[in-house]
Amino acid sequence: MHFDLNEDQRAFQETARQFSENRLAPFAAEWDEDKFFPVETLREAAVLGFGGIYVKEDVGGSNLSRLDAALIFEALSAGCTSTAAFISIHNMASWMIDCFGSEAQRRHWLPRLTTMELIASYCLTEPGAGSDAASLRTKAVREGDDYILNGTKAFISGGGHSDVYVCMVRTGGDGAKGISCLVVEKGAAGLSFGAEERKMGWNSQPTTQVIFENARVPVANLIGAEGDGFKIALQGLDGGRLNIGACSLGTAGAALEAARAYMLEREQFGRKLSHFQALQFKLADMATELEAARLLLYQAAYKLENKDPKASMYCAMAKRLATDTGFEVVNEALQIHGGYGYLKDYPIERHLRDVRVHQILEGTNEIMRMIIARNLLKP
Amino acid sequence: MKVIVPVKRVIDYNVKARVKPDQSGVDLANVKMSMNPFDEIAVEEAIRMKETGTVTEIIAVSIGPQQAQETIRTALAMGADRGILVKTDETVEPLAVAKILKAIVEQEKPELVMLGKQAIDDDCNQTGQMLAALLDWPQGTFASEVKFTDGKLQVTREIDGGLQTIEINMPAVVTTDLRLNEPRYASLPNIMKAKKKPIDMKSPEDYEVDITPRLNVLKVTEPAKREAGVKVESAAELVKKLREEAGVI
Ligand SMILES: Cc1cc2nc3c(=O)[nH]c(=O)nc-3n(C[C@H](O)[C@H](O)[C@H](O)COP(=O)(O)OP(=O)(O)OC[C@H]3O[C@@H](n4cnc5c(N)ncnc54)[C@H](O)[C@@H]3O)c2cc1C
Ligand SMILES: Cc1cc2nc3c(=O)[nH]c(=O)nc-3n(C[C@H](O)[C@H](O)[C@H](O)COP(=O)(O)OP(=O)(O)OC[C@H]3O[C@@H](n4cnc5c(N)ncnc54)[C@H](O)[C@@H]3O)c2cc1C
Repeated sequence: MHFDLNEDQRAFQETARQFSENRLAPFAAEWDEDKFFPVETLREAAVLGFGGIYVKEDVGGSNLSRLDAALIFEALSAGCTSTAAFISIHNMASWMIDCFGSEAQRRHWLPRLTTMELIASYCLTEPGAGSDAASLRTKAVREGDDYILNGTKAFISGGGHSDVYVCMVRTGGDGAKGISCLVVEKGAAGLSFGAEERKMGWNSQPTTQVIFENARVPVANLIGAEGDGFKIALQGLDGGRLNIGACSLGTAGAALEAARAYMLEREQFGRKLSHFQALQFKLADMATELEAARLLLYQAAYKLENKDPKASMYCAMAKRLATDTGFEVVNEALQIHGGYGYLKDYPIERHLRDVRVHQILEGTNEIMRMIIARNLLKP
Repeated sequence: MKVIVPVKRVIDYNVKARVKPDQSGVDLANVKMSMNPFDEIAVEEAIRMKETGTVTEIIAVSIGPQQAQETIRTALAMGADRGILVKTDETVEPLAVAKILKAIVEQEKPELVMLGKQAIDDDCNQTGQMLAALLDWPQGTFASEVKFTDGKLQVTREIDGGLQTIEINMPAVVTTDLRLNEPRYASLPNIMKAKKKPIDMKSPEDYEVDITPRLNVLKVTEPAKREAGVKVESAAELVKKLREEAGVI
């Protein structure tokens, strides 16, 4: 067992770091303020291979491991949490098509998804089905070569802007087994979008309802078999949770560094803040807890890559710890900045608003505990 | 044409350099190292010339420790075709580097050697010029624009007070300045592809070059810390201070 990144991983991280520093960080405050979705920047990211990090090569993917992906999202989120997180969702949805789609489906969508000419969204949540996603009610009824969809998806990242919606819909009876995975393309008859939600953070990407009113979707867009949808959705989320966790780690890393630098510069009571032991201990704890969360997340990524039977549990543990720790570290970094941390002149308050939602989405941290406990208590 | 681009592994430009307690040099233990930024610009320019069809092959050369192989890989991931690592753990001064490069040029027979104008660690700004002299080739230093037309190179040079454009015959040595281009990032797939590109392992002895340093570094010190400024109450006070304390007016 060794804990050093290899040469490739250092190179991937370096590319992501450079992109993050030069193409994300300088604009993140503006995108947040203007609620601007930087599609051109996403396409620039895709040129570097970030559009399909763990999608196979034959359709333009980078074919890297889950750990590589985690390193990349960590580096990207240090520049702009919200944009990195959106790239993560696009990767998750694209991977679902890559892993479970037919050859024809892969060839149809993925070459344009990996370049981010097409942008993908993941549609599971509904107004009445959040944590209890298997209770979803959007119905898809087969009519000849089409499915006719009725229902509403809620909180969809990329809603209205994305081109490809990977949707979990009910084709059968109640429960998880009645759910199927369908790709709905923008422009489909009967597809519309709600108004953009006004949010605390994640402002560089839109969130809307996705509404189906007798929407017509070809049966050819069914991913996997009827009834496979929930399984596909959850497998997508295993990787998604690692990526979101990594986005919390990256943001917290940036906040920790900002706090460290601030302590060395700010003077009160005639001395630098770095002289006060209360703050030294705070900084020490922040760094220690962040490092622990990072190690667990890298380990979970390794387990998912190597198809460990308990990988889902480790992904849940890693997501829970990384997103909780990430939020705490950013919050403490804000505290160290005193009143200045609360002002928009510093990036810390945006970091805080952005990472907060990571404790809620892709399965709330309570749901993560349910998954972990279920595994632990399995007879 | 074939191009050789020497790439040096140096302390990363973001790292705050710290001097060793014995003042013998900069402390490099556990410090992030990267490709010299001016060399990245040289690699980028060579790749652009390849993309326009002027260049057929780009060889990245590094002279340094085993880890300099990573620097060559970065160049390969950006788009260079193959690498040569001349491995040594000793300090190599510009003259020794130039001599090794000359030997490589004689073997590889490129028409162009494109170097960074200087390395950001020692700021010597000598290797390109020394190489041109040893080869007796024309040189275009501090290039902010390079154009290849009718078998000649037009090099726009950044000089004090403006730009100077010269035309030089081939083969030639060019050294790059900051504004020549903005280097690309290595994409993830290209990082993977770079692993399949060959790197020749060599040593200074292979080229029969004696790299024994000829310079003796007496002492390395950190720049003096900037003193805190003072606030003046009025323009009159400012003028007074400038005249009496600073002595500049
Ligand atoms: C900005 C944003 C973007 C999003 N993007 C997407 C997207 O792209 N695609 C998508 O499908 N969804 C998306 N979501 C939805 C997100 O996944 C859900 O909000 C999340 O799953 C929680 O569902 P809910 O909001 O309905 O909360 P609820 O399920 O109503 O939960 C409310 C609270 O009760 C707790 N709770 C619920 N059940 C239990 C239980 N059994 N035991 C203990 N506690 C419980 C929860 O943990 C939570 O604290 C997004 C959400 C946000 C805010
Ligand atoms: C929205 C807003 C409204 C405000 N309104 C008012 C107002 O109406 N009137 C007014 O007078 N002020 C106001 N303030 C200022 C506020 O009271 C100060 O921000 C606060 O006192 C902290 O000072 P500071 O921001 O300079 O932080 P600093 O004093 O620089 O502190 C930075 C960090 O170091 C810690 N720290 C400092 N010294 C020590 C020590 N010796 N040991 C351990 N830790 C230490 C602090 O707890 C903090 O975490 C406002 C601030 C905000 C953000």
